[in-house]
Amino acid sequence: MQKLQCDVVVVGAGPGGSMAAKYAAEGGLSVLLLEKKAEIGAPLRCAEGVSKKWLKEMGIEPDPKWISADMDGAIIVSPSGHRFKLDESHAGNEVGYVLERHLFDKALAEMAAVAGATIMMRTSCTGVIKEDGKLVGVYANRMGEPLEIRAKCVVAADGFESQVSRWAGLDTSIDLKDMDSCLQYRMANIDVEPNYCEFVLGSAAPGGYLWIFPKGNGRANVGIGVQGTKCKRGADAKYYLDKFVNEDPRLKDGQILEIVAGGVSTCPGLDDTVLDNFLAVGDAARLIDPITGGGIAHACQSGMYAGQVLVDCAKEGDFSKAALQVYDTMWRDSMEDKLVRNWIAKEKFATLDDKILDDVVLAINDSDIKEVNVYNLLKVIKDKYPDLMSEMEDLF
Amino acid sequence: MIVAYEKCLHCGCCVGTCKQNAIYLNDYILQFNDLCNRCGRCVKVCPVGALTLEVK
Repeated sequence: MQKLQCDVVVVGAGPGGSMAAKYAAEGGLSVLLLEKKAEIGAPLRCAEGVSKKWLKEMGIEPDPKWISADMDGAIIVSPSGHRFKLDESHAGNEVGYVLERHLFDKALAEMAAVAGATIMMRTSCTGVIKEDGKLVGVYANRMGEPLEIRAKCVVAADGFESQVSRWAGLDTSIDLKDMDSCLQYRMANIDVEPNYCEFVLGSAAPGGYLWIFPKGNGRANVGIGVQGTKCKRGADAKYYLDKFVNEDPRLKDGQILEIVAGGVSTCPGLDDTVLDNFLAVGDAARLIDPITGGGIAHACQSGMYAGQVLVDCAKEGDFSKAALQVYDTMWRDSMEDKLVRNWIAKEKFATLDDKILDDVVLAINDSDIKEVNVYNLLKVIKDKYPDLMSEMEDLF
Repeated sequence: MIVAYEKCLHCGCCVGTCKQNAIYLNDYILQFNDLCNRCGRCVKVCPVGALTLEVK
């Protein structure tokens, strides 16, 4: 078996992994970035929507090459079909770009490469190496060639299933109420508004929502998330998505060019994201916004924090859990409040029936709120249905 | 567990949902180990219905 040695091995070359690799390599660490697939960013597992603000914060310059469409706003559709249109100035952080993830992910991986990371394609992590209970690296398989990779720290960036976190010993178990089963069709030859992301609420997507994220020229990502507890029949996501696609006249001439499936966590992050010689970033750490299901920004941010902390740890030669805890604290300081608040809000939204959701969407229409965000939506619900929100007082 | 491989999209939804660490996505092939306690969570959440519990 071939033996390799490095400071940091990152498993998964999505946005989180690439950012962790970039920042660690920029700080002078030797970094191996493993990607099990034959192409970075494909097959797709994402609805591809991101807000604009965080890209700036991350210092990622928007590039027309990986931007599929620039959004002017969002449309919220109530269960009975009321459409509420928000322009960009009112839609807060929820509006932005629809990406070409297969190009975006490659652009980020390229940043890691330029910073000095070594990228190994078609290389699956097959297990972790533990010696006397200490994590010292990972086993991998590169196109049939078994590898033993020794590293001072292992970074799990392997997405929702995060097998690496489990092998390392993190508790990644998730309640069915805190995950969504998702399916998406990339459709062509459809007639949707080209610059508005559409969100359809209610029993058409039990516990979740349906989305139409336009990608220009009659194309869009049309998808659904169904809350795990509301999945009853097996293939619930497919059942509800097919129903929606068949019944919406704008989609009747559409054809599906790609089928995308995936799991999305809607909890406020793992209780622990670090162990001795180990940390988890992005979806693997369950850092997905529980309301929107968006994970790209948090993956990039947590990846950046991870890379920065690893550089500091290397200076002290200390990759213990206590030393890596700085990373855990950094992402919590920056995103945990919002994750928790949106998690509580999600719990509430998932219980609202179609009648109430209709009223809520109409109420937003009538309200004078300046910016539609989760907090303001909850305030509208609270004004209209004080009883419903009585147990959520501490949110306000 | 019976896997309809012709439906499976290798999305990992079942893997991430399993509390028993009983499912692995080993290079695009779903594998189950004997830690499976037949809780059926993976069957429910599979977006395309590729999983069925074997009748014992």
